Amino acid sequence: MSIKATFRLSKKDFEFDVELCIPDRGVTAIFGPSGCGKTTLLRLMAGLERCSNGYLKVRDRVWQDSSEFIPSHKRAIGYVFQEASLFSHLNVAKNLEYGVKRVAIAEQKVSLDHAVALLGIGHLLNRNAHQLSGGEKQRVAIARALAVSPKVLLMDEPLSALDQTLKREIMPYLESLHDQLDIPIIYVSHSPDEVARLADHLVLLDAGKVRADGPIGSMLTRLDLPLAYGDDAAAVIDASVVVHDDHYGITYLDFSGGRFTVARNTLPLGRPVRLRVMARDVSLTLERQMGTSILNIFPAVVEELIIDDQPDVTVRLRVGSTLLLSRVTRKSASLLQLTPKQALYVQIKSVALLGGN
Amino acid sequence: MMLSESDITALLLTFKLAAVTTCILLVIGTPVAWWLARSRCRYKFIFEGLIALPLVLPPTVLGFYLLVMLGPNGPLGRLMEWFGGASLAFTFSGLVIGSVFYSMPFVIQPLQNAFAAIGTRPMEVAATLRASPFDRFFTVALPLAKHGFLTAAVLGFAHTIGEFGVVLMIGGNIPGETQVLSIAIYDHVEALEYSQAHWLSGGLLLLSFLMLMTVYALNGRLSWGRT
Repeated sequence: MSIKATFRLSKKDFEFDVELCIPDRGVTAIFGPSGCGKTTLLRLMAGLERCSNGYLKVRDRVWQDSSEFIPSHKRAIGYVFQEASLFSHLNVAKNLEYGVKRVAIAEQKVSLDHAVALLGIGHLLNRNAHQLSGGEKQRVAIARALAVSPKVLLMDEPLSALDQTLKREIMPYLESLHDQLDIPIIYVSHSPDEVARLADHLVLLDAGKVRADGPIGSMLTRLDLPLAYGDDAAAVIDASVVVHDDHYGITYLDFSGGRFTVARNTLPLGRPVRLRVMARDVSLTLERQMGTSILNIFPAVVEELIIDDQPDVTVRLRVGSTLLLSRVTRKSASLLQLTPKQALYVQIKSVALLGGN
Repeated sequence: MMLSESDITALLLTFKLAAVTTCILLVIGTPVAWWLARSRCRYKFIFEGLIALPLVLPPTVLGFYLLVMLGPNGPLGRLMEWFGGASLAFTFSGLVIGSVFYSMPFVIQPLQNAFAAIGTRPMEVAATLRASPFDRFFTVALPLAKHGFLTAAVLGFAHTIGEFGVVLMIGGNIPGETQVLSIAIYDHVEALEYSQAHWLSGGLLLLSFLMLMTVYALNGRLSWGRT
């Protein structure tokens, strides 16, 4: 049970040729530079754009093959456009009802009330579209798309038209979608930050072709992909809250490689969380350092490193079953004589909590 | 009362003509305007040119060809006779046909502009919300184009009221059948009845101004309410 898509299409700048199998759980991010065909892929899946040479199957329903093309309005999709696109002639409540009214009662799995509560827009229902802020509009648009009980939710850079403040305002709602809905979400983005926060699965698109795809943890740490090399290269770690220590004001989080110490938070015990560790915040030592202020030190094994003529070397390490990246200088790599399978310790200077998921 | 009985008849006939013409044009103009606004057909410009013709053509030219077409020896006249009807020239129906051509651009162009201004996005949004093409046309495109419809209706109505040349050519001057307001004014002036001509002309001027003012006022308010 998953989403299978094959599309071939001649675009102005490139040949669009995508073959994909997307898991039918969690958030799959379609990531790549602008103009690489991310939006085209989403529009093809929604049936908003046609290509004669395509195949699309969502769970057990074929939406497009050589003999059949189900039009958009008969596909069980929810679509969130880049700009909020509320109907300006309807108020918020009527916008929300527009889709719901057209879905058979038997197929209404997500109630309108639930969608309204998830996106926190109950107080906006009687407003007109032009009275809302950009962030509020986009929340209404997301609730409207959810309320048609889609089999798959397609989101086309829903935050890209918003400024930083509004992005921060919406992000918790997107994270709660991820937690509370059993609907696969396909999320187009060119923001590494959004991807790290939301995605479970990552498809890297480049000039109309799938460069690579896989689970987020391994994709972010693959040394053959550009993701591992930017300034913001980072690994994500799935962990869960185990102990709050009120005496020191800290919280302990367990992950497959050990126990993280982070600043005290208010999350309930047992709550799964996602952490992000930047490659530049991870340093390597051959022996366990004593007498250091750094608390997060874990035994690790070098998996891979590529040494070329750059002054920096990016190393992929395994801590338990979790993958991490470390950025060290070529000189350090040489002094430590880093080689694959080498056992050593990672010292993690800082770690970011990406909200519960 | 300054208006004679025949003036009132002409006035009512004019309103009837304008109303019928406007209704017909809205019905046939809407799909045409939608097609013009949406189609990527490369020969679209031909149709746009044809529809705009009455804007620049002397009404007498339009009237002359319509007379030839509709008269007993014209192709449409023959067709009518073949169906057992009478020739349409010098009848109210003939006037309606003439007015439909004459006022066509005034209805279709505002509609086309309104549809084009909506863009494709709201229709795509409606499609992803399960609305079929017909459904989304009536529930999204029409309401969003309402100011275009208002403009089209008022311009079509006002322009038909003001028609003269076409009517003269194909309608003649039959009181109660084809004698409209502009022809009545012309008759009064010919007969040097300036006071009647003043009443009718002044009334028409005021009415046309009021209608146009209403359109602009309402459109201003509508677009003010849009995001």
